[in-house]
Amino acid sequence: MRLSFTVNGRQCEADDVWEGESLLYVLRERLGLPGSKNACEQGECGSCTVYLDGVPACACLVAAGQAAGREVGTVEGLAEGDGLGAVQESFVEAGAVQCGFCTPGLLVATDDLVNRVPHPSDAEIRESLAGNLCRCTGYEKIMDAVRLAADRRASSEASRSGKTDA
Amino acid sequence: MIPFDYQRADRADGAVAAVGVRPAAAFLGGGTNLVDHLKLGVAEPELLVDVTRLPFDGIDTLPDGGVRVGATVRNSDLAAEAIVRQRYPVLSQALLSGASGQLRNLATTGGNLLQRTRCPYFQDVTTPCNKREPGQGCSARGGYTRYHAILGASEHCVATHPSDMAVALTALDATVHVTGPNGQRDIPVTELHRLPGDEPHRDTVLEHGDLITAVDLPELPMAARSRYRKVRDRASYAFALVSVAAALDVEDGTVREARIALGGVAHKPWRANTAEQALRGAPATEQSFREAAEAELAEAQPVRDNAFKVPMARNTLVATLRDLAGEEAR
Ligand SMILES: Cc1cc2nc3c(=O)[nH]c(=O)nc-3n(C[C@H](O)[C@H](O)[C@H](O)COP(=O)(O)OP(=O)(O)OC[C@H]3O[C@@H](n4cnc5c(N)ncnc54)[C@H](O)[C@@H]3O)c2cc1C
Ligand code: SF4
Ligand code: FES
Ligand code: FES
Repeated sequence: MRLSFTVNGRQCEADDVWEGESLLYVLRERLGLPGSKNACEQGECGSCTVYLDGVPACACLVAAGQAAGREVGTVEGLAEGDGLGAVQESFVEAGAVQCGFCTPGLLVATDDLVNRVPHPSDAEIRESLAGNLCRCTGYEKIMDAVRLAADRRASSEASRSGKTDA
Repeated sequence: MIPFDYQRADRADGAVAAVGVRPAAAFLGGGTNLVDHLKLGVAEPELLVDVTRLPFDGIDTLPDGGVRVGATVRNSDLAAEAIVRQRYPVLSQALLSGASGQLRNLATTGGNLLQRTRCPYFQDVTTPCNKREPGQGCSARGGYTRYHAILGASEHCVATHPSDMAVALTALDATVHVTGPNGQRDIPVTELHRLPGDEPHRDTVLEHGDLITAVDLPELPMAARSRYRKVRDRASYAFALVSVAAALDVEDGTVREARIALGGVAHKPWRANTAEQALRGAPATEQSFREAAEAELAEAQPVRDNAFKVPMARNTLVATLRDLAGEEAR
């Protein structure tokens, strides 16, 4: 089949797709977007987390046919131009990346959290990221990174609304 | 993974016809269980009929005060729905205790009810399993059984049903609407799932081609004070060792009505009829709660690795009832 859907805001077409292959496979192998990682392929680790119609989902368990006509956002879409986006910067600065395999999924899950919840508590952060497993860091630096990302999101919101008020 | 055909259904009757005529066809919901099984070789369908774009994505109040939940409503949307959080908190809590955000955003009401056991031998095609291949034998007998059943099992299968949502629906006496090759019917959720007996390959009473279209929650004022309590090996993102869904109606210190279901203990969500019976008319005290829990678990038959589940289920039930009675007293 020809799969038509939106990826990071751009209309995309992929040809010769088998409807039964995973959305993750389509993104990585057919569209050249290797950011989303392929680790467990069973929904257990969250490395493949992407936005699907605006909410985080495990791309490894979505059949390609199910993505037709829908909006997908990948970790590549979190960049700002050629540079890193604020959530990505927070992970670098907090030293929350070791091997990096879990990072793309965590970035999407963190982006979703800080968009939804302005000042997440530690308990909210832990619960929101429960579906993203990391084998390297022990999570402490990841917690730091998410707190940093949340603070930055909140202060950029504040300065933006400050500007509109003025 | 063997190649299969994929179709997207836009009408329920078309979906039922497409699956009904092909023995090796299956409905596809969110895919979080079935796509996993395709990869593992546990399921080998020739055709998948995607039902997620059928018009069953609504949550509507019924004229009699109940609530109809469409079969394709995502678990995360159902958990977040204001009516559910206010009138049936046990359901919202059960959903949020299951899987992860990334999975709940995909999983559907219908698929959640029909998800299959997490018995490791069932999921491993290299080990014998009566549920996967009738007659092969049960590898869990004498094997690893930490997550297995203590109630209602048979010599052929000791698996548990893994759904948290289904435990809450069982306590709430929900009704499942089904459309199949022979027309429509309603099934009380308490009668949807089966005990294994000598046919462990049949999880439910559904026949091939039966499509779940909706689940109705009855009008049940007492459910506004209800709870889901889940015990697991880590704080989040793990299947239940034991869980309790309960609602309690107490007046002047006496239990008028109780609704209780247990998860993680049987091949189906376990409606605790014996405990409910023992509680009706009893004083709402720790002692009554303990006696009711003991009565419910009197027939428990643990296997090699899960004797701990008997006291765990008892204590979790008592703690849940105590919490509910405390809430009521305030
Ligand atoms: C890592 C992981 C952890 C998990 N942890 C938990 C947990 O803690 N608690 C919990 O409860 N669950 C847990 N789950 C399971 C998850 O809740 C289920 O996989 C999900 O609810 C299934 O819904 P689905 O729509 O994705 O079903 P699918 O995978 O699409 O389908 C499941 C079955 O239902 C059938 N089906 C689907 N829709 C219909 C319909 N409308 N009518 C008839 N048949 C239908 C399919 O043919 C298939 O047999 C976990 C899953 C994973 C991968
Ligand atoms: S307990 Fe049931 S599912 Fe597990 S191996 Fe035995 S027959 Fe299979
Ligand atoms: S690769 Fe999808 S959850 Fe692990
Ligand atoms: S940094 Fe290696 S898995 Fe998380």
